[in-house]
Amino acid sequence: MTAKRVTLDGNEAAASIAYRTNEVCVIYPITPSSPMGEHADQWASEGRENVWGCVPAVVEMQSEAGAAGAVHGSLQTGALSTTFTASQGLLLMIPNMYKIAGELTATVFHVAARSLAAQALSIFGDHSDVMATRSTGWAMLASSSVQEAHDLALIAQASSLESRLPFIHFFDGFRTSHEINKLDFLSDEDIRAMIPDPLVIAHRGRGLTPDRPVMRGSAQNPDVYFQARETVNPFYTQAPEIVQNVMERFADLTGRRYRLFDYFGDPEAERVVVLMGSGVETLRETVEHLNTRGDSVGVMQVRLYRPFSPSQFLKAVPDTVKAVAVLDRTKEPGATGEPLYQDVVAAFSEKRANGSLLGDSIPRVIGGRYGLSSKEFTPAMAKAVLDELAREQPKNHFTVGIRDDLSDTSLEYDPDFDVESEHTVRAVFYGLGADGTVGANKNSIKIIGEDDNIFAQGYFVYDSKKSGSRTVSHLRFGPQPIRSPYLIRSANFVACHQFGFLERPDMLSHAADGATLLLNSPHQADSVWDQLPCAAQKTIIDKQIRLFIIDAYRVARENGMGTRINTVMQTCFFAISGVLPRDEAIAKIKEAVQKTYGNKGEDVVRRNFEAIDQTLENLHQVVVASTVTSDRGVPEIVPATAPQFVRDVTAMMMAGRGDELPTSRLPEDGTYPTGTTRWEKRRISMFAPIWEPDICIQCGNCGFVCPHSVIRTKLFNQSQLDSAPTGFRSAPLSGRGFPDTRYTLQVYAEDCTGCALCVEVCPASSKEKSGFRAINMAPLEPVLDEVREGLQYFESIPDNDRSRIDFSTVRGVQYLTPLFEFSGACAGCGETPYLKLISQLFGDRMIVANATGCSSIYGGNLPTTPWSMNSEGRGPAWSNSLFEDNAEFGLGFRLTADAHRALAKKLLLKLQGELGSELVNALLQSPQQEESQIREQRVRVSALKSKLETLDSDDARRLLSLSNQFVRRSVWIVGGDGWAYDIGYGGLDHVLASGRDVNVLVLDTEVYSNTGGQMSKATPLAAVAKFATSGKPIAKKDLALQAISYGNIYVARVAMGANPQQTLLALREAEAYPGPSLILAYSHCIAHGINMQHGLRQQKLAVDSGHWPLVRYNPTLREKGSNPFLLDSQPPRVALKKYAYNEIRYRMLTRTHPREAERLMALAQENLQVKWRVYEEMATRGDPSFHFTREE
Amino acid sequence: MDLKTSYMGLELRNPLVASASPLSEDVANIKRLEDAGAAAVVMFSLFEEQIRYEEEAMTHLTSYGAESFGEALSYFPEVEDFQFGAEQYLDLIRRARDAVDIPVIASLNGLTNEGWIDYAKRMEEAGASAIELNVFYIPANIETTGREVEERYVEILRRVKGAVAIPVALKLSPFFSAFGNMARRLDEAGADALVLFNRFYQPDFDIDRLEVSLSLGLSEPSEIRLPLTWIALLHGRVRASLAATRGVHSATEIIKYVMAGADAVMTTSALLKNGISYAGRLLHDVEEWMEARGYASIEQMKGSMSEQNVADPTAFKRGNYIRILEQYKSAYMA
Repeated sequence: MTAKRVTLDGNEAAASIAYRTNEVCVIYPITPSSPMGEHADQWASEGRENVWGCVPAVVEMQSEAGAAGAVHGSLQTGALSTTFTASQGLLLMIPNMYKIAGELTATVFHVAARSLAAQALSIFGDHSDVMATRSTGWAMLASSSVQEAHDLALIAQASSLESRLPFIHFFDGFRTSHEINKLDFLSDEDIRAMIPDPLVIAHRGRGLTPDRPVMRGSAQNPDVYFQARETVNPFYTQAPEIVQNVMERFADLTGRRYRLFDYFGDPEAERVVVLMGSGVETLRETVEHLNTRGDSVGVMQVRLYRPFSPSQFLKAVPDTVKAVAVLDRTKEPGATGEPLYQDVVAAFSEKRANGSLLGDSIPRVIGGRYGLSSKEFTPAMAKAVLDELAREQPKNHFTVGIRDDLSDTSLEYDPDFDVESEHTVRAVFYGLGADGTVGANKNSIKIIGEDDNIFAQGYFVYDSKKSGSRTVSHLRFGPQPIRSPYLIRSANFVACHQFGFLERPDMLSHAADGATLLLNSPHQADSVWDQLPCAAQKTIIDKQIRLFIIDAYRVARENGMGTRINTVMQTCFFAISGVLPRDEAIAKIKEAVQKTYGNKGEDVVRRNFEAIDQTLENLHQVVVASTVTSDRGVPEIVPATAPQFVRDVTAMMMAGRGDELPTSRLPEDGTYPTGTTRWEKRRISMFAPIWEPDICIQCGNCGFVCPHSVIRTKLFNQSQLDSAPTGFRSAPLSGRGFPDTRYTLQVYAEDCTGCALCVEVCPASSKEKSGFRAINMAPLEPVLDEVREGLQYFESIPDNDRSRIDFSTVRGVQYLTPLFEFSGACAGCGETPYLKLISQLFGDRMIVANATGCSSIYGGNLPTTPWSMNSEGRGPAWSNSLFEDNAEFGLGFRLTADAHRALAKKLLLKLQGELGSELVNALLQSPQQEESQIREQRVRVSALKSKLETLDSDDARRLLSLSNQFVRRSVWIVGGDGWAYDIGYGGLDHVLASGRDVNVLVLDTEVYSNTGGQMSKATPLAAVAKFATSGKPIAKKDLALQAISYGNIYVARVAMGANPQQTLLALREAEAYPGPSLILAYSHCIAHGINMQHGLRQQKLAVDSGHWPLVRYNPTLREKGSNPFLLDSQPPRVALKKYAYNEIRYRMLTRTHPREAERLMALAQENLQVKWRVYEEMATRGDPSFHFTREE
Repeated sequence: MDLKTSYMGLELRNPLVASASPLSEDVANIKRLEDAGAAAVVMFSLFEEQIRYEEEAMTHLTSYGAESFGEALSYFPEVEDFQFGAEQYLDLIRRARDAVDIPVIASLNGLTNEGWIDYAKRMEEAGASAIELNVFYIPANIETTGREVEERYVEILRRVKGAVAIPVALKLSPFFSAFGNMARRLDEAGADALVLFNRFYQPDFDIDRLEVSLSLGLSEPSEIRLPLTWIALLHGRVRASLAATRGVHSATEIIKYVMAGADAVMTTSALLKNGISYAGRLLHDVEEWMEARGYASIEQMKGSMSEQNVADPTAFKRGNYIRILEQYKSAYMA
């Protein structure tokens, strides 16, 4: 029987097997493995059954540690159980993995292998994570392609049940997990044939049951532990043979034959490379190419990495081999070599030690590292490794793919070396995240994949910014199966979905000679040429590129599709590329549109159809001029005024040339300068706010809510206006007593994302024109020059004097410089305004521990980062440890501050004689509550330092190193609800209970935002999320009440959009409180499914409906004898559904499970009333009831 | 007492029909309306524009931010079958038909030609007893002529009538230069009933926020005057049934409408204000009044005060105006 062919990505390919061969899937989301769990959840919610007729239980846990524990439990009771994970998630599973292996339990964990956080986090692929588990006793099976991820998932499952060893089945994160390719799909019958029932029954039979009571997990003593540990040896000895046998059975069934070690290439090769994972495919292509040119080389693919079978390995190596290079996609600093290299060396040397090899016949073995964090691994690099083996003295412990000018490990390679088949169509598409390019390309692959004679592959490169992000799609089509797990370097079709992208230096660099360029252009065919930058014109002429244009935005707009140009551009691709006959392709696009949007409404389908039909009429070929006519250059990446590091390093990354940076240019310990987003004028919005000074009431609301810190205000003296450029806007400062002071509001328009929250929040309207406010969105282009000139002048005005600013009002706060600016967060982000606010209030003495998540990505993902510094060079110091440990990490900051301050105090008193008691007393007694007091303390510290520098004593030098600690340090622990409610909850609870002075800010979006909308314990009742497709049936955890129960923790629940003044008050009280503080901040999010422009309105409705009551619990009030619990919002006054049904996360359920939606909404409404009554009761309780010692 | 009446071919046990309102969003309420005595229920309107808007919003918002960032290729679970407004509406018709014996009249507010036809067909398939076309249309474009507006109404009616076999009513606004002629044209085009009159959602201003606000208050008994006039004028002159809607708060308005010639009288405001069971009270009061005055049936009363039957038909035209002036004089100028 011919297998069904489908186009899937690696994650789905693996998950499809895992789901159908298990009864329990316990997961926790982590990139890049999250889609595996999501697929399982989706299938379960659709009621799909596994091959034994049961719908697997799919359960999301609070962490990977939790997932591993739950899997361990379900395995121990006999269920077929699995999980999907990667990176730090896999590390959290290690303790349980030892147990599971020690108990000889059959299971497969599917891992999309990813880098580990070391000097920095990386979401991308390598083998660091799986290599960290190699001592757990798990078998490890490596897949190199999407087909293998499918096939080996089953082979692992069958082998595990037969061998009783647990298996890690891994494949390369992103490169394989996210690559779409065509594969032969394994049917349920295939799966049943591979997993005989007796094995399943035997597994079940080993489960704990009171009917056959046994105990497992005992504690053993020195007398037997050692021997007991050695009892498993026979299982490991047999495992390789079992796996090979399973592979043979699989081959008989499917015709696809795998071996533990598969050798490809010349059977008499002298040079062989050993590796595993997707890099194998690159080497196979390279080896085939080189051997046809007369070389004699080969590649050894390692599939079963653990238990490593030296005999099988050696058997697979050709006897002719003289030199072997072992490539590891991981780094093990300090080791004698990376793990696979060591295994290979050991295999050869053991054989020699056994006497089976004579000294001379042992090949030379060298090891090297490649591809860390999805670093490209190309045929050129593969060839470099093979070439190295031919040298007399090849480099050992080399690296390939980078330039290591520090330790000279890297191999040189010829970047132009290419092995791509001329029969393969190679297409690269540059798009915006928002324009739907990737979705359309995935669709195209499926369309083309349906043709039995064409193979297709797609891989997508995403941006590290969440707003205005660029995507690059790499698609290959051809008559042969496509391997090539690397980016296209020579494309015969390039699509540029944004005209502005032509200004990027890399745009046409990968176009092949004679390539076709499809350009989305607002200009007509007869005028577009002169609009192209000079470099683009030159490349087009030199490479004889055929140029086609379409005004896709116009076609999309005219068909009611807004800025979604995906269907239009997709149609153009099919019309020009000739991959499929044009009419057939158009019909198939329509079919796909029907399939994609059919469930979302007929109108959407109709509009797409109309757009497709109109596209062809609007697609034009441009007659390419023979000469360059443009003098438009490509703008500088960063201005010459940027710091050197930014110019030399950051700018390279910004330009997409980070791969060219040699090791010597990069910090060795992960330390980077802050405030680099200011050098990147991304200009991602075509609109920006324009300020109307005559209407403005100078309230500061717009700047307060701006998520991207693009709205700043300054006060300056009237006299300075003389030097201001024409068009610079300002107004007299409103308020009495400042006759000569002017007020100006500056928009950093090129940093604006166009979210329009500022306009929404503006309370001042024109009297003549209703709806025209003091700040309005307008097209940026016409005013760009004026805006730039104004900005330059604005920056020349000195910062406002912090000691004279009223920190207690929204109006006052606008004058404080944000030290968190221009982040890559989504346009209109609900989290960042809070971060910006704390940076304004406390930034110059603040240190931030940031949990992994959205805030660590927009806050810390290179190339440019938003945490910044003031004109004095002070600003937040920021770090991210992990996802799970952030509270503890931040507590560490506090412990340092406390310890150092205590020591500083001791030294200060010791040196009192030399320093003078007046200074010493003042330093120790300053309350440092008000900003003026902090400024005074800074002056004292400065005086102290001056004095200390004149003293020649060890104590003075010690004190000098600690003297900054006399300025009260503001420790902030920041993270999202996934961290605070789930994975980091235990730690958070402990840190809150420590009594230490830390400030915890939870940016509560009520869902895992960064990993794409999975349910957390903050997700509200009745809301839909991934893993709560049928609506979350359980109410959100009340973290505030839990913290309040301690009595000595400052707790606040705030929502800036509902009451900015309360937000400000709470943040200031929390910071001033000398113990632990917890602030829960409502943060609207794109994962709510709202128009982000209405985010603040939703915040207000959340409060007005009673979903998010504003509260403060201030223990200092209790100390003063008052009721510390303050309810800052009114009783619920709008129905919950008035708030909820503005959001897709709630509304979706009314369209999928209407009755359940109704039931859950009623329940949520009821729950909210009950909660409100509790709050009301607490707020109105008599003061004495909050005291430990009550006086009746 | 025989309260029976025939409305566009539907035999109703009495003239009281619950008009389109949020009350009909729920089968339980529809059942309660039946139990309270309502002779038929007009479902809340299916707004084609709203369905399209919702479809678009759902498509846009579920895909917003998707396929842009490597860690989050989507933000919502994949759902295969969404039930948009139309499916839920049709499902409600089906369930309502199963739950009650009284006629269930679907109400449709279309946007496009295809929309009017397609949804009308699907309503018929779902088991609607009849369809009321709620042509809510403000000719805001000042280039549009009165003739064009009228044509639009007639065209919509023709299309729907051509597509379905069940009775079709047209709910109208009074804003035509010659309403009588308009009614005649619609009658000729095959309308099974004319429902007089639609209440528009007319915008209001919030003068503190300088915003346009949308709201619709409950109707007042005084609002019956305009429909009353036209029903009285049309009774006996058109083949189509006539339904009165607006301002029904007590038995008095029902009686007045029937006397003018209404085959059915619709109310929502009274039920929203006083609860569904108030329908029973209304019918009881009508019956009591009729008994007190010796009426044996609704049919006997129907049209008794129509233009054709009143002693002084000019009262419906210029005379009404004159009489008010006379009253004004006699009350205050004596």
